[in-house]
Amino acid sequence: MLLQQLINGFTLGFIYALIALGYTMVYGIVRLINFAHGDMLMIGAYTGYFILNALGATPSSLVLSLVVSMMVCAVIGVALERICYKPLRTAPRINILIVAIGASLVIENGGRILPFMGPNPRQYPQLAGSVNQLDVMGQQVIISQQDIIVIVVSIVMMAGLGYIVKFTKIGKAMRAVSHDTRAASLMGINVDRIISFTFAIGSAMAAVAGVLFASKYPQVQTYMGILPGLKAFVAAVLGGIGSIPGAMIGGIILGITEILSKAYISSKMADAVVFGILVLILMVRPTGIMGKSLKEKV
Amino acid sequence: MSTVLHANKISIEFGGLKAVSDFSLNLESGELVGLIGPNGAGKTTVFNMLTGVYLPTSGDITLEGKSLLKKQPHVINHYGIARTFQNIRLFKEMTVLENVLISYHAHVGYNFVSGLLHLPSFKSREKEMRKNALELLSIFHIEGKQDELAKNMPYGEQRKLEIVRALATKPKVLLLDEPAAGMNPQETHDLMNLIRFIRDTFKLTILLIEHDMSLVMGICERILVLDYGQTIASGTPDQISKNPMVIKAYLGEEADFSA
Repeated sequence: MLLQQLINGFTLGFIYALIALGYTMVYGIVRLINFAHGDMLMIGAYTGYFILNALGATPSSLVLSLVVSMMVCAVIGVALERICYKPLRTAPRINILIVAIGASLVIENGGRILPFMGPNPRQYPQLAGSVNQLDVMGQQVIISQQDIIVIVVSIVMMAGLGYIVKFTKIGKAMRAVSHDTRAASLMGINVDRIISFTFAIGSAMAAVAGVLFASKYPQVQTYMGILPGLKAFVAAVLGGIGSIPGAMIGGIILGITEILSKAYISSKMADAVVFGILVLILMVRPTGIMGKSLKEKV
Repeated sequence: MSTVLHANKISIEFGGLKAVSDFSLNLESGELVGLIGPNGAGKTTVFNMLTGVYLPTSGDITLEGKSLLKKQPHVINHYGIARTFQNIRLFKEMTVLENVLISYHAHVGYNFVSGLLHLPSFKSREKEMRKNALELLSIFHIEGKQDELAKNMPYGEQRKLEIVRALATKPKVLLLDEPAAGMNPQETHDLMNLIRFIRDTFKLTILLIEHDMSLVMGICERILVLDYGQTIASGTPDQISKNPMVIKAYLGEEADFSA
């Protein structure tokens, strides 16, 4: 029973982690909490919905829907930054935060009036999958095909991101910009390009999370990004906002806590428990698990 | 000799306060010029205007005839101006080698895809950049530490690493902001020789801000003195050390320029 819950927790946690990565990367580069980030999940899920509906729910169309939704969200993420955030980059931080909330509301409610999205929830096409029953040390454990897809795709995405950030030229430039934007620009790095790239990658990760989330909880509607987005934000803060490994760890901790609270405490109280734990951890470690205390720049 | 960097009567105001007024500068190719003045005189502000961090309220700046006004800092860096910082601004959580490679990377054109897929063109360039970076580090006697995190290096070596990182952008003009701050006399002496050496080796034009008079008087061919944003004197080290205005600006009495 516990093992089963842990598997469910990990699956959900991986999805949170994918979303949290976008929050934390954008924060690391421009010190902005992009509240419209959860809506990228929604846009990604809808893109996947249209493709899976048109082509039928097969493994190859799932792969296609992942790739296309990543591209769509990357473009929308970059456009969002260019149109809404870039003009405010030198403005007080609170202004850009309010714009982010506004952008989020526009996207969610804009989706409701678009004829091809609309206000009504829709059933998400699902792969005709098998349910695997495993026998682990005398316990029956069920792993659905969706769970396996979520875990495998998430691990591939995170490994890919880790590689880009650690070893490629643009990844090094991203780290340099997040350490010290001014110094990076004076060493010849085009900061605008790096910011766009960060939004593109973060939004693409959210798109993947959207398709995975919708295939696990098979329903799409325009407000679907709000709660996962909020929880992923909590995960990013829990892990230490700005830290990429922190976002991964924070997401998984959050997913497991949520599922265990649902299973053993109360399914109605699960969110209260999760956020309560967040408060406790942040009281002990205000900068999050992997976070570093920020020194004042002189 | 030809003019490399030229600033014509640049001024900047911050909310009515004139931080620098009518600052003019003419750097000839290969020159080593010092910019001195008491704290708050506007020296770093001049650097910030020359590198595009601040836009002068009036005046003009040209590098080899090209105007630098309203250009972004990374564009100016690509034109050929690199700098170091008064308070060290390395990428502290990255390794020494990565700090240098970032500068190289910003100046070579291989694209993201070939980098991601490790195409042969990427590998050979990457190898060459590593080699160049290690050579630069060895000039500054910090070879063998390339895999350490920048924040773990001793203070003096962090200062040197900042110069290496700036050199890796292949500048024509190098601006050094207090390169000897916090160094002991021996380290300062070594640094003087290094600055001369890189100027000759890389055919650089150097403008440096420094409070250590032995360094300024020892290596600069020409010195400009700022006080309250005004250029109060310019000339050879000898002329400057005898200039009563300068002495007054510094201490209100005779300063020790004995080095």
